[in-house]
Amino acid sequence: MPEAVPAPKRQSRREYLQLQRLMAGAVMRPLSPRGRLQGHWLDGQPMRKVAAGFIKPNDRLTSFERLEIYNRQYWFRLLDCFYDDYPGVRAVLGDRRFARLTEAYLTQHPSVSFSLRNLGRGLLEFLAAQPQWTAPHGALALDMARLEWAQIEAFDNAAKPPLTMDALLEIDPARTRLQLQPHVTLLELAYPVDEFLIQIKRTERLRDEASNAMEAHPSRWRRRLQRRWKPAEVFLAVHRHNDTVFYKRLEPGAFRVLSAFRTKASIADACQQLGAEDGGAPDAGGKVKSWFESWASLGWLCRSGRRG
Amino acid sequence: MPANAFNGFTDYGIGIGLRVPHYNHILSEKPTVDWFEIISENFMCDGGRPLKILDQILEQYRVVQHGVSAYFGSAETLNREHLKRLKRLVQRTRTPWLSDHLCWGSVDGRYTHDLLPMPYTMAAAKVTAGKIRQARDFLEVPIAVENVSSYAEFHVSEMTEWEFLSEVVERADCGILLDVNNIYVSSRNHGFNPLDYIDQIPAGRVAQFHIAGHSRYRKYILDTHDHPVIDPVWRLYEHALRRTGPTATLLEWDAHIPSFQEVHREALKARRFMGEVAAHA
Repeated sequence: MPEAVPAPKRQSRREYLQLQRLMAGAVMRPLSPRGRLQGHWLDGQPMRKVAAGFIKPNDRLTSFERLEIYNRQYWFRLLDCFYDDYPGVRAVLGDRRFARLTEAYLTQHPSVSFSLRNLGRGLLEFLAAQPQWTAPHGALALDMARLEWAQIEAFDNAAKPPLTMDALLEIDPARTRLQLQPHVTLLELAYPVDEFLIQIKRTERLRDEASNAMEAHPSRWRRRLQRRWKPAEVFLAVHRHNDTVFYKRLEPGAFRVLSAFRTKASIADACQQLGAEDGGAPDAGGKVKSWFESWASLGWLCRSGRRG
Repeated sequence: MPANAFNGFTDYGIGIGLRVPHYNHILSEKPTVDWFEIISENFMCDGGRPLKILDQILEQYRVVQHGVSAYFGSAETLNREHLKRLKRLVQRTRTPWLSDHLCWGSVDGRYTHDLLPMPYTMAAAKVTAGKIRQARDFLEVPIAVENVSSYAEFHVSEMTEWEFLSEVVERADCGILLDVNNIYVSSRNHGFNPLDYIDQIPAGRVAQFHIAGHSRYRKYILDTHDHPVIDPVWRLYEHALRRTGPTATLLEWDAHIPSFQEVHREALKARRFMGEVAAHA
């Protein structure tokens, strides 16, 4: 009589979770410098042994190679996404440094959202805390990242019912609290990165279309662009109008008033933010009125919620 | 007449995936298309162009939602924020059914953004079925789960993939989105007979088909959705249709996307098989 073969041990729910933790850990681990699954696991064990412990080989691929397919796909997908979302930061750093930055960021800040749209949500904090990834272009890279994140927010954030100029004229400026549309981001920048980004996109388009000479020397065109990039203080609003993302440069006084609306201020309180330079000028009233007309026409202002 | 209890939409015909490069053509030319499948996550935002385009599409066409990140197979609980946003979209599109994948992709709140393969175990089937039921109850729309292409298998698996799929959908009492290209890809990667797969799943639960192209590498096949459908996949589709009867079918083309006309022409090849099955029914 043949010996009874014991039934294989059934997986428990706890083991099911542990398997997912193990596999996700391997999939999300940075690739080796040669773009492969790393040779050793976190505890120093050979990765081949770890992979063989939970993944079956087949007649063509080892367990290691099968796991590697997922590891590579993970990084290719996420790097692609960052490559598309941050062309400006990429141009500041160059492709190789940008890839290293992306890998470092995503290793420390793996995605916690179901949407790839939110992949860069923690990037600004990361760049500020770890300037070694962008030095010596830290301030420029950070400004560029702020602009590029603002574009993402402008693209698909909510739009509340906007206040028209007529509606603004009817409200009590001392009591009614206003706020900016969720798709509007205000940026105080040390570099005119709005101009730089337009240059970068134009240059990249040209590279894509025709120029073999530029394609052959990507670092050369990048250095050429960088030489033109000089610091200059810029106040910028990034917003959406007619479903297209735009930048609008602001006067410092306008920036301060709008910033007050970011914290749900009344019109009167917001206008208190004007310094002597703006508020004391002979034509101050007319200037402020023209700002509000412009903002109302762009639909930037809306009523604050009840908690405002 | 529905072909089965989970397919009340046999008249849906042949759809294609709604993709950005085709927006202008669709909105300006208004081509005749049976229906569009949207990737839910691309429209689970708060505003802007995606929702405006979607609303314009909804004025003209039937839309069915297909998700990529519900991760019914993840051991952790469903993401409430994801579900709430999904429900808002369901209310907007009035999708007649909603599909997502039989896979996992997140653990401890971290997302891989991939469709990772399931261990085919009873523990996994129970967790997954429970989550599908929860999602269906919350979303108030029928759910169909799609078999994924896979490149790895686990030692711990206790059953075949088709047994696992059957176990999950019976426990969850939900439909199947049967991707015949994924069956083909996985059969080549794991060495099983794809006809065994098709013959042994509960045909009465197939609510929709996916067809697509893939890329062949030296040692494995990758599900890339960047080529026309190959003949062996069309034959599997025909075989599956004979078991299910006419069923809503969709062509996926997600990379190196050709013109709208080319994608639509490729999708409409399914009509011949659908017509033959209907004629013999």
